[in-house]
Amino acid sequence: MRVTQGAFSFLPDLTDEQIHVQAQHCIDQGYAVSVEYTDDPHPRNTYWEMWGHPMFDNPDAASVVYEVNECRKQHGGKYIRVIAFDATPGWESIRLAFIVNRPAQEPGFRLQREEGPGRTVRYSIHSYAADKPEGARYA
Amino acid sequence: MADGNNVVVGQERYKAGVLEYKKMGYWEPDYEPKETDIIALFRITPQDGVDPVEAAAAVAGESSTATWTVVWTDRLTACDKYRAKAYRVDPVPNAEGQYFAYIAYDLDLFEPGSIANLTASIIGNVFGFKPLKGLRLEDMRLPVAYVKTFQGPATGVVVERERLNCYGRPLLGATVKPKLGLSGRNYGRVVYEALKGGLDFTKDDENINSQPFMHWRDRFLYCMEAVNRASAATGEVKGTYLNVTAGTMEEMYERANFAKELGSVIIMIDLVIGYTAIQSMAKWARDNDMILHLHRAGHSTYTRHKTHGVSFRVIAKWMRLAGVDHIHAGTVVGKLEGDPATTRGYYDFCRDEKTPMNLENGVFFDQDWASLNKMMPVASGGIHAGQMHQLLDLLGEDVVLQFGGGTIGHPQGIQAGATANRVALEAMVFARNSGRDFVNEGPEILAEAAKTCTPLRAALDTWKDVTFNYASTDTPDFAPTPSVSS
Repeated sequence: MRVTQGAFSFLPDLTDEQIHVQAQHCIDQGYAVSVEYTDDPHPRNTYWEMWGHPMFDNPDAASVVYEVNECRKQHGGKYIRVIAFDATPGWESIRLAFIVNRPAQEPGFRLQREEGPGRTVRYSIHSYAADKPEGARYA
Repeated sequence: MADGNNVVVGQERYKAGVLEYKKMGYWEPDYEPKETDIIALFRITPQDGVDPVEAAAAVAGESSTATWTVVWTDRLTACDKYRAKAYRVDPVPNAEGQYFAYIAYDLDLFEPGSIANLTASIIGNVFGFKPLKGLRLEDMRLPVAYVKTFQGPATGVVVERERLNCYGRPLLGATVKPKLGLSGRNYGRVVYEALKGGLDFTKDDENINSQPFMHWRDRFLYCMEAVNRASAATGEVKGTYLNVTAGTMEEMYERANFAKELGSVIIMIDLVIGYTAIQSMAKWARDNDMILHLHRAGHSTYTRHKTHGVSFRVIAKWMRLAGVDHIHAGTVVGKLEGDPATTRGYYDFCRDEKTPMNLENGVFFDQDWASLNKMMPVASGGIHAGQMHQLLDLLGEDVVLQFGGGTIGHPQGIQAGATANRVALEAMVFARNSGRDFVNEGPEILAEAAKTCTPLRAALDTWKDVTFNYASTDTPDFAPTPSVSS
């Protein structure tokens, strides 16, 4: 399967040049761009690990691409995303997020059903990769 | 237009009998609206021979304190304060016999936090008033002091995006079709296919409630199976707008609570349930971490024609106060009424922190939203992947694009239809962010994306340049004119 979170997961995987273009767009809008990674791509896993702080005063997307590649060196078998944060009043949240790296094999998720009263079912989504301890997933 | 319009004062004013509204104090051309006044802008079409100023004063009177004759009991009140004041009457450009009347209302005329109370005054009696051929409420200026008495959207655009973990692109949806007749099991199939294929949301239609062919509990149960299956298959948060519209509040609460028990992220109501019911559901949604979708069912009965009724821009304002998270606000290019500039005005009311006056878009006042959450506008009805560049250009990023027929009617199936829409969308956003002239190069951008996406190719071939080009009935009255001074 393919985890399709983020704005561009239905397009072919982005090249470094394309990552540069998108990151530069965000910088030009005044957003702070940062890099995050995880080995638990559960749809509700909000807090991926931060690869450093958001680059608040960085004018050049080359540093974003550089950090993506540094992150890949250590976490190349995991999911890596680029996110852009907008501090404008009334927004103060993320404006764009897209995946820039994913494991070679994506095992996906198991849907667990717990049958309840009547015909109700309580669902939970379980990442197959998260069966293994942190650090040993996707290795 | 002030001749012969002087207000009668003193004893003469309160002599028993009938007095023109403008002479009773409902016309005050020198009045400077206070910052805390609510201002309503009406388009009035007086009957032949009726003075427009008197007509405006009558609207002010009948929507505030007046009755048809003088009553002495006015003098027991601070009647000068409570009288609404018509203070400006302008002829409508290029529309003989029509006038824009500005009327100011003191804040104390209204109960805090109640759309029902606001509307009972402003659109309560006056629309049937005999001296007028037609009356239309075009816009309202809602003061911050009043806006702050409302909850506003239960979730808002920003938190909705955070909950869905989806940023930087319009959301994608589809209304399940056929809108009537599917069993719960078959209905859920459409939901599953569309969500797995790449949509974020599917949607019940306005008239899907609980009918003999599919009772509501069946629909909710099958839909949630579909939503969760699709979520597990994609790693994305998915939702389906479960329509909880019903005959009583008790029934709606029961349905909403069941949706919550099943883990739905979103529920839906129809505009026809009424303002108070909408506010109650918005409160429920805020209390239960639920996104609240509003289908504007019924609005065209009073929004579409320019000389009588209520403009949709006013309904959009009321709904932001009332507290819904999603509102259908037009597509421009689709099958339903929507002039581009007028539609832009609605979208601005949904999403702005402050909306500046813009007559070209039919926005008559500066409107400060006082940090109320933003509403997500929804574009639904007769749109398809081939229009993606126009949709992104006209409607922007914070919008739900709903392709019902454009997903389910795809020649290769529902999943393929959903994928075509998602690929078209992502390719277009990507191109826009890359600085391409995506509006003019739209068809090329889609063709390029279709090289690696057969479903998109098929969608483009099927619908080609289908568009619904009919003249709009509800258009702005002011066209941009060149000017040397600012």
